[in-house]
Amino acid sequence: MPETNGHDAPRVGFYVCHCGHNIAGTVDVAEVARFAGTLPNVIVARDYKYMCSDPGQELIITDIREHRLNRIVVASCSPLLHEHTFRVATEKGGLNPYFFQMVNIRENVSWVSDDPAAATAKALDLVRAAVRRVAHHRSLATKHVRIHPDVLVVGAGISGIHAALTLANAGKKVTLVEREPTIGGHMAMFDKTFPTLDCAACILTPKMSAVKNHPNITLWSYSEVTEVSGFVGNYTVKVKRKPRYVSEELCVGCMECIDACVYKEGKTPDEFNQGLSRRKPVYIPFPQATPQVVLIDPDTCIEFKSGRCKKTCVEKCDRDAIDFKQKEEIKEINVGTIILATGFKTFDARRIPYYGYGKYPNVYSSIEVERLVNASGPTGGDLVLRDGRHPKTVGIIHCVGSRDRNTNRWCSRTCCMYSLKLAHLLKEHSDAEVYNFYIDIRAAGKAYEEFYDKLLEENIHFVRGRVAEVTDWSARPEEEGKLVIRVEDTLIGVVRRVPVDMVVLAVGMEPQADSQDVRRMFNISCSTEGFFLERHPKLAPVDTFTDGIYIAGACQGPKDIPDSVAQAGAAAAQALSLIDAGEIELEPNTAYIVEEDCSGCKSCLNICPYTAITRDEVKQKAVINEALCKGCGTCVATCPSGAIRQNLFEDEQIFSEIEGLLQDNESVPTGGEACQPQ
Amino acid sequence: MSYLYFPGCSLRSTGRPYEESILAVFKKLDVPLTELEDWNCCGATAYVSIDENRAFTLAARNLALAEKMQANGNAGQDLMAPCSACYLVLEKTQHYMKSDEGVKKEVTAALQRGGFDYRGTTKVRHPLDILVNDIGIDRIARAVVRPMKGIKVACYYGCQVVRPFQTFDHAAYPVTMDRLVGALGATTVDWPMKTRCCGGSLTGTIQEAGLRLNRALLKEAVKRGADVILTCCPLCQHNLECYQKRINRKFGESINIPVAYFTQFIGLALGIPRKELGIQRLFVPLKLAETPGKEAHAHA
Repeated sequence: MPETNGHDAPRVGFYVCHCGHNIAGTVDVAEVARFAGTLPNVIVARDYKYMCSDPGQELIITDIREHRLNRIVVASCSPLLHEHTFRVATEKGGLNPYFFQMVNIRENVSWVSDDPAAATAKALDLVRAAVRRVAHHRSLATKHVRIHPDVLVVGAGISGIHAALTLANAGKKVTLVEREPTIGGHMAMFDKTFPTLDCAACILTPKMSAVKNHPNITLWSYSEVTEVSGFVGNYTVKVKRKPRYVSEELCVGCMECIDACVYKEGKTPDEFNQGLSRRKPVYIPFPQATPQVVLIDPDTCIEFKSGRCKKTCVEKCDRDAIDFKQKEEIKEINVGTIILATGFKTFDARRIPYYGYGKYPNVYSSIEVERLVNASGPTGGDLVLRDGRHPKTVGIIHCVGSRDRNTNRWCSRTCCMYSLKLAHLLKEHSDAEVYNFYIDIRAAGKAYEEFYDKLLEENIHFVRGRVAEVTDWSARPEEEGKLVIRVEDTLIGVVRRVPVDMVVLAVGMEPQADSQDVRRMFNISCSTEGFFLERHPKLAPVDTFTDGIYIAGACQGPKDIPDSVAQAGAAAAQALSLIDAGEIELEPNTAYIVEEDCSGCKSCLNICPYTAITRDEVKQKAVINEALCKGCGTCVATCPSGAIRQNLFEDEQIFSEIEGLLQDNESVPTGGEACQPQ
Repeated sequence: MSYLYFPGCSLRSTGRPYEESILAVFKKLDVPLTELEDWNCCGATAYVSIDENRAFTLAARNLALAEKMQANGNAGQDLMAPCSACYLVLEKTQHYMKSDEGVKKEVTAALQRGGFDYRGTTKVRHPLDILVNDIGIDRIARAVVRPMKGIKVACYYGCQVVRPFQTFDHAAYPVTMDRLVGALGATTVDWPMKTRCCGGSLTGTIQEAGLRLNRALLKEAVKRGADVILTCCPLCQHNLECYQKRINRKFGESINIPVAYFTQFIGLALGIPRKELGIQRLFVPLKLAETPGKEAHAHA
């Protein structure tokens, strides 16, 4: 059938979806269909169990042909889910896909109401609004934009590293930006990894050096993204490269400057070792750091503080790599897609004062213990406490800052398994009695339960109960000089006091402290707890609501290494599918100028956030660059003479929708007489 | 800054020094208190455990009286309840009147029969909260004439002021009183028993259990080198002070540590005479106050 130009009399086909019980359980769908049938211009009105299914779509296609429909309205779920589906069905029926309007009566009605009468009444209002609106729809052409093939990966922990390598191996140019002086993230701090007990460094460092040496990867460590603009396929990103005061090109990481530093001993708590050791002002986070380049901390370096240091480091460096005058640099790059792999932060155990972290020296966080048992850690793997003793009994407290109404309600997913791993390592390093205090053991991963079984056979003690407190209050002689863990053992139903030499707090995983700033910068969403929000929890776990921006690893939620790597691979694949498609369809929701109404006043020029508007000096009229316009509508609202209009949001479309909403159910409207284009 | 004041039964009996010291300290700090007119039993302890709604009704009458006074010349005055049990039951009533339809209905009906139309606007406050958060530690520190230097204090909060509501301090590790005591020049000992049970009414019912709980607190305070335990609750004060001899006999201990109200301690630092603070009423004499008392006198 010939495509309508949008000016023939509207012939509307209306469809309401049951969505199983999701909608039909609350909304009277038969009544909605009956009501729609009474509305002006509606030729066909039906209800169907699953409109998104093939037979549901087929209904639309057949009806368009048989009843010469030229407008389609579907009342179902959120347009985010199925607007595209129904537009395609509309197009298959022979119409321009934009002669379609969707009504969300699931998320906006049935899911948020338990009053069937009120829900149905609201559904009727929304349907009436949509039927009136669709009469004013026009034929539009879909916009296509080219995808820039380069990718930005933010964060170089195991997730970012894996995503960057996957893309680079597929021949894409990747810029990998890392905030810290070295890549590797939390994984680089770990000793061994569960459940296989392979050493973290052995499996991570080859990937780190692969990143450094890959011809397709530009690695910017000690750098932060400061600004992101543009849209899918065409992002412009500014990256701040913080000064190391050491030339990355010249330094070979021989570390002789560190030995030569006028400080004979380190004085500053070492960030990488969680403050368990001290570093000098010139330092490298750890021996396998990538890039293998030292850096100078201006806050503690004498040269920066007084300008009168002997500069023994400079004397020692025969490559002249040290440069106290190095300045911060801002780099600008263009990429088509972005992967965020910004990771997590460990829970600060000081927030639970009754576990004594920060008060009793022998209470440790799990991440500190990772360093303590690490062969390349501050003690070379010797399990020696802050007071110099070797522990004979150790208590590991699970769920610190997880599954707790007072702090974080979520399960951090990794703590059970890493606590088991640490229990094994602590036993191995010290032959101490090791107690685990747990709520539930969650060992749901491949070979995880088997690992738990193995631990049970290693004579590790397991006490089921959430620990009430860690105290130095001794009630019995054998508790003198010890830390006492007070806990209800819920399996035998008694309150126990367990004296130990060392307490390990299995701290949970939290969003990064600045996750909200990062979210705003990249224009994505966070779930309530602050982790980045995926587009769909099951079917689009690495996509975000912003096209071309993907998330991977623990920035999306607590995750162990296997899951982080899997997600990083998925994010890389999503980026690749966009890049290899070469271009993407965009909503034709751009603004346009009605030239005869434009007075050339320039009001719109400066307010456009995307600099899409210029002025034709010959015609003295504004001109909108369609490729740059994002359809935000700011200029439409600003134009004093109403000369700017916007596709999909025309005045008569919006006004007729509002009129439809406000119309009383009793008086049936006579149809689109108001707000005709002037 | 001024407040309505709900004494409750304790402050007129075993807790007299608490009332005396509160009135003296607030007077010294120029913060007027107006006693709630026609107040009645707060509804705490035994009442709550037998019939919650009736207990809430008793408490609510006091809240309603306060609202009435606020409407008649005492505008903006929060209701101060120094006894922890009064404080908690008043808070609880306020909470349930807002969150539980059943309680709200029953209590409102009872109040209406008594001629009250309670709108739920009364704010209940503990003097510790008022002193630290309204009057302010700085202002109190400036008024100190006898810094309590060299005195080691174990600050005891008990259970009810911070649990379950945590309105002004942490439920498990409160610090308000420690900060206040620090501002008076004293040092506080690191004492992990701040909110542990004092024995409550068990000392009068199942004494064996009550004394055991009580003893742990006292013993640990002595062990940590405290010169005095400060409390903010009449029942805690009574329990910790009055059973020391019995505990010594029963468990072979030799505990002898003064247990005073935190407001008495503030009063001493502000140079208020000991008699006005009811110091002489303490069973275990607050000997450390002898020197401060004299010095305060000398300063004045």
